[in-house]
Amino acid sequence: MTQSLLKAEHVKISFGNVHALKDVSLEILPGEIHCLAGENGCGKSTIIKIISGVYQRDGGTIEFGGKKLEKISPIDAINMGIQVIYQDFALFPNLTVAENLALNTELASGKKTVRWKEVRKIAQEAVAKINFEVDLDQKVQELTVAQKQMVAISRALMSNARLIIMDEPTTALTKKEVTALFKIILKLKEQGIAILFISHKLNEVFEISDRFTIFRNGEMIATGSTKELDDKKFTYYMTGREFSDQIFTPENVSDKPVLELKNLTLEGAFSDISFSLRKGEILGITGLLDSGRTELALSMFGLKPADSGQILKDGTPVKITNPREAIDNKIGYVPEDRLSEGLFLTQSIADNIIISEIDRLKKKNGMFDLKKRNEEVEKWVKELEIKTKNPDNPATTLSGGNQQRIVLAKWLACNLDVLILNGPTVGVDIGSKHDIHMVLQKLANQGLGVIIISDDLPEVIQNCSRVLVIRNGKIKSEYDTQKVSEQMIIDDMM
Amino acid sequence: MNKVKSIYRKNPEMSRLLLIMACWLIFMMFTQAEKFFTGINFLTMAGQFPEYGLMALGCMLCMITGGIDLSVVGTANMASILSVYTMMHFFGEEGPMPLSFSAVIFLIAILTGVVVGSVNAFLISCLGVPPILATLGMNELLTGLCIVFTNGSAVSSFPKQFCDFFSGNFMGFIPRRLIVFIVVAVLIWFMLEKCTYGTKLRLYGTNAHVAKFSGINTHALLFRTYITSSVCAALGGLMMLATYSSARADYGSNYTMQAILLVVLGGVSPNGGKGKISGVITAIVLLKMIESGINRFRSVSTYYVTLIWGAVLILALVIDYFSQKPKSTK
Repeated sequence: MTQSLLKAEHVKISFGNVHALKDVSLEILPGEIHCLAGENGCGKSTIIKIISGVYQRDGGTIEFGGKKLEKISPIDAINMGIQVIYQDFALFPNLTVAENLALNTELASGKKTVRWKEVRKIAQEAVAKINFEVDLDQKVQELTVAQKQMVAISRALMSNARLIIMDEPTTALTKKEVTALFKIILKLKEQGIAILFISHKLNEVFEISDRFTIFRNGEMIATGSTKELDDKKFTYYMTGREFSDQIFTPENVSDKPVLELKNLTLEGAFSDISFSLRKGEILGITGLLDSGRTELALSMFGLKPADSGQILKDGTPVKITNPREAIDNKIGYVPEDRLSEGLFLTQSIADNIIISEIDRLKKKNGMFDLKKRNEEVEKWVKELEIKTKNPDNPATTLSGGNQQRIVLAKWLACNLDVLILNGPTVGVDIGSKHDIHMVLQKLANQGLGVIIISDDLPEVIQNCSRVLVIRNGKIKSEYDTQKVSEQMIIDDMM
Repeated sequence: MNKVKSIYRKNPEMSRLLLIMACWLIFMMFTQAEKFFTGINFLTMAGQFPEYGLMALGCMLCMITGGIDLSVVGTANMASILSVYTMMHFFGEEGPMPLSFSAVIFLIAILTGVVVGSVNAFLISCLGVPPILATLGMNELLTGLCIVFTNGSAVSSFPKQFCDFFSGNFMGFIPRRLIVFIVVAVLIWFMLEKCTYGTKLRLYGTNAHVAKFSGINTHALLFRTYITSSVCAALGGLMMLATYSSARADYGSNYTMQAILLVVLGGVSPNGGKGKISGVITAIVLLKMIESGINRFRSVSTYYVTLIWGAVLILALVIDYFSQKPKSTK
């Protein structure tokens, strides 16, 4: 039995009346890749902050490298070799890569003047450790997310790190970038550095980690070797619920298409897109981040009208040049970024639900029919099981999953024929994700035409009956999801 | 105590202003009771605030969208100068003018408002000019035009029937200007609270981008808002005309800042998305009371009025800070 690098046992912490961690244990072996998973609010971030000295625990023991630790300060943690790479990376955006990397060393040396040669040397050594190629004189704000992450990793490696904690490192990365990141993680492992990898994405956990620990509601639910874990167990540990992973088969598909695209083209985004969607069907559209999939959705919703080509609704050509016209044609759009495009965060849940159908909530004399408004709000809160005590509370009071339900409710209230969803479950935890899928499937069976744009392939395969793969703005291929593997789709995407 | 608290929570902007108002009234009671607490004084006040009160009401709508209207004074003077020239054109310098012609005067003011507001809205909504610049430019343009029309001097030889009527009282004691103000205020209250317009306006002010994604017709909304604002301002101009019995390019030039001050004091967030007409009206009345009260003190120069207004604004913001503090630390 190897001695553990980090051993935390029965750790407790509470903030006011909230017991953020009730009793959790976490053991990391030297040089292993350990995955910590759990839904939002389960205490993942809290335990990191305790280990790195940001919070002080209320109870329990923590050992690092065999030594018992009473109190941990952030400096202690760094000196012991614990490095955390947060989601926002904590870099200085207005400084160059070299300056960011050398800053700590330079400050520690206590010299009053900057020695630029030294700065370059330090920086070069740092990036060389992970074979990261970058222009050292470039400002950090000009880098891509993946590059910023590499800078943060390089910086973490400069002080002899023994444990690197990565807080959801793959959230903003494309598939290619994730692959590159995983290579680096494996390389760090070879050098004997332990990695604590925080994620709630199932496939990542399986792909990269040696062992795992899962938290739920501030308690440790399971820990062990990833080899013994499977999809079902993983989801069960995360949510405490069991889900069937049945592939959805639509029951109620119309013969005639409800929406047809003919040679739709938008200069610089996509070209020659043709497909049709029938009522009751869920169509998947997938592709890389810059494949033109988002622009396509925006065109169908009138926010970026296409240059040429036709959109046919119920067989007749329609003109859609703004969202109003899209809604008049009974087409709705759940945007990619819920926070900046989908919700009025500081306004009430109720207003968020009724805003798109508001013109139908007028009395004959033009006044706002408040009674009808409240009925609608009540109906949709109940129908989509939005968890709130009072719909007059602002939307910020809800979790990601519930917020996404508000956006769904907003569109369903408009009584649509076609609903386009762009990344419907990004940043939503597994339980809510499953519920949202159920809602979409139910709606399809009630006769709604649904388009899901997503690069979450299991999501696409489970819910959609057909999938279109878009590459460089063109439809590369179309598959029946019953007869396709994830790998086939990935090959077409790249 | 809890009941008081819950009332305060329900409408904190208005409550804190009422609190300040009560303190001021008590202060006046002890110092200037016999001069301040007279029917005449209250009537005078009620006749004076409608001119800038109207401008503040319009500006409030723009500010709820996250914008601003700096062209209120220019619009007001343009409306009053155009009205005066119309009266001179039809009835000469002496008159007499039938009082029913006032309807035409109002129509001119409303038209002026519609034109100015449409241009503002066009610049902001269609060309994407920031509201603060679009309306500032508009204000300069209108003031410049007014100076060109009048050669910069006051125009005072025109039939006075309109001015006499609106500077007078209804039933002997209710200022007619106050009635105009109340009618407009009720209309705006109705738009905000009883029509879908109010909800759309607040949501647009919270996040214009999401509003677009939600299918709100943002162009129509902005046109409606800026036109309403300019019409309010033009009516304010008519009230100014009635007060001064003359029109000039630079009357009421400090009303722009005053209108904005009143709107912010009334609890409208300059970032948009939040605001109630009750708060703004309370602010209008409060400031008038303070101004009028100060004028009762012989030894205090009227120059202090500006100073005190600034102090009241800051005081209101401080009360706001302390009343919200326990909430945020929980």
